[in-house]
Amino acid sequence: MAGERSLTDVPRAVWFALLGALVVQIAWQSAQPRPVASAVALTAPPPLAALRVASIGEPIVLAQLTTLYLQAFDNQPGISIPFRDLDYRRVTQWLATILQLDPAGQYPLLMAAQVYSQVPDPARERLMLDFVHAQFLQDPNRRWRWLAHSAIMAHHRLHESELALRYADDIARFAPAAPGWARQMHIFIRENIGELESAKILLGGLLESGEIRDEREFRFLSERLEEMTNAEKSSKPSKK
Amino acid sequence: MRHRQIATIARFTLLEALRTRLAWLFVIVLGLILLTAYFIQQLAITESLRLQIGFAAAAARLATVFVLSLHILTSMVREFNDKGLELTLSFDLRRSHYILGRLCGYTLIAALFALLATLPQLLLAPPQAALQWGLSLAFELAIVTALSLFCIVTFTQLMPAASFVFGFYLLARALTAIRLISDTPLVGGDTLSHRAISLLLDALALLLPALDRFAQSAWLADGTGSWPALGANAAQAALYVVLLGAAAMFDFYRRNL
Repeated sequence: MAGERSLTDVPRAVWFALLGALVVQIAWQSAQPRPVASAVALTAPPPLAALRVASIGEPIVLAQLTTLYLQAFDNQPGISIPFRDLDYRRVTQWLATILQLDPAGQYPLLMAAQVYSQVPDPARERLMLDFVHAQFLQDPNRRWRWLAHSAIMAHHRLHESELALRYADDIARFAPAAPGWARQMHIFIRENIGELESAKILLGGLLESGEIRDEREFRFLSERLEEMTNAEKSSKPSKK
Repeated sequence: MRHRQIATIARFTLLEALRTRLAWLFVIVLGLILLTAYFIQQLAITESLRLQIGFAAAAARLATVFVLSLHILTSMVREFNDKGLELTLSFDLRRSHYILGRLCGYTLIAALFALLATLPQLLLAPPQAALQWGLSLAFELAIVTALSLFCIVTFTQLMPAASFVFGFYLLARALTAIRLISDTPLVGGDTLSHRAISLLLDALALLLPALDRFAQSAWLADGTGSWPALGANAAQAALYVVLLGAAAMFDFYRRNL
């Protein structure tokens, strides 16, 4: 560079000090153990007000960073079943705090419905599904898909049909913006658990209401209603 | 003779800090932090002392770093603009001794800052914990001092130097957390981009000091500090001050004045 003196103008002692210190620094840091997150180290989330102050007007960014922070406490290398080591009540506190910071965000609900609920522990799984349900009730039109997933989980994994039915009923009742398949879910759960009469009434009502505008969907649901009626006549439960 | 030159520059660096009322400014900032911490303590329903200690320690640590680095940067910019540097170097003085003198002077100011920040903690936290925290803060400030000096010698202007110092500081404090997040992706852990980022983070971790291990408020609030941890802080600080001091000298020797 024109504005700089030659490298030879730098005394040898400075060269040695710089390079020597650099080598020792790298060696020193190489000798330090890698940071390891501990599953039991998850503390309670900070108060929402404190987080709002810390976000300095950018709560969405802070919510996203907090989500990543929380995510770092599971799926840790070296821990065989990390979710079992987590305090699920704490996890739901964190997820609720993140949702309060960024109510439009879907990430925490995805984590609850798809990630944390995969734990092989029915009590913990139920806790996560209940969390999704509670959050759904606060903003049903935006959060219905996570409750729909929870209903399927409750029905097929937990084998708690009543719980699944309650979730599906709430989607039908509180989430008018949800698509037909989600709002019809409660009918098929009823059919599946043998409540054919209720399912028939609900499906017939749905078809009568004029809400189904798609011709193919209308035909499909009409056929299902017919199947249910036939099944009831022959006193056999539907296979679907 | 040489030692006297270094000591003289260090003394004038201290005098400059006194005459620009830096100590008063810092005491006022510290006072505001303590008042806020007291206010927070009054609001708390439980663990009020723990809250007060934690807030005061974390805020004082950040404020100390901010005030100290800004003082060093503005002091050196003033030296460049007033041509005081040219005047000083026109005497029989090595450039490395000028840097050493400045480094010693600023490090003394950093030590005084750490002392001032520790005094209130001695009243709130157990004395041993406060002592460990204060020493660790002094080591951290020594690194910040060397970093600020290196940046202003290299960039010579306030804005780029300050941006680099604060960016470096934040990254050095957050790097461990960033590596943890990077180590545990839920999806895409095997992709090339993820591996490249992981490698980059590991390389950065080799070069940067892990400042998250310094002066943690948990040392005061929960007494989790230890003398071996403090020793590691001291060794890392000494090493990094030598590295940054040498880098500052290197750049200073190459500059045409």
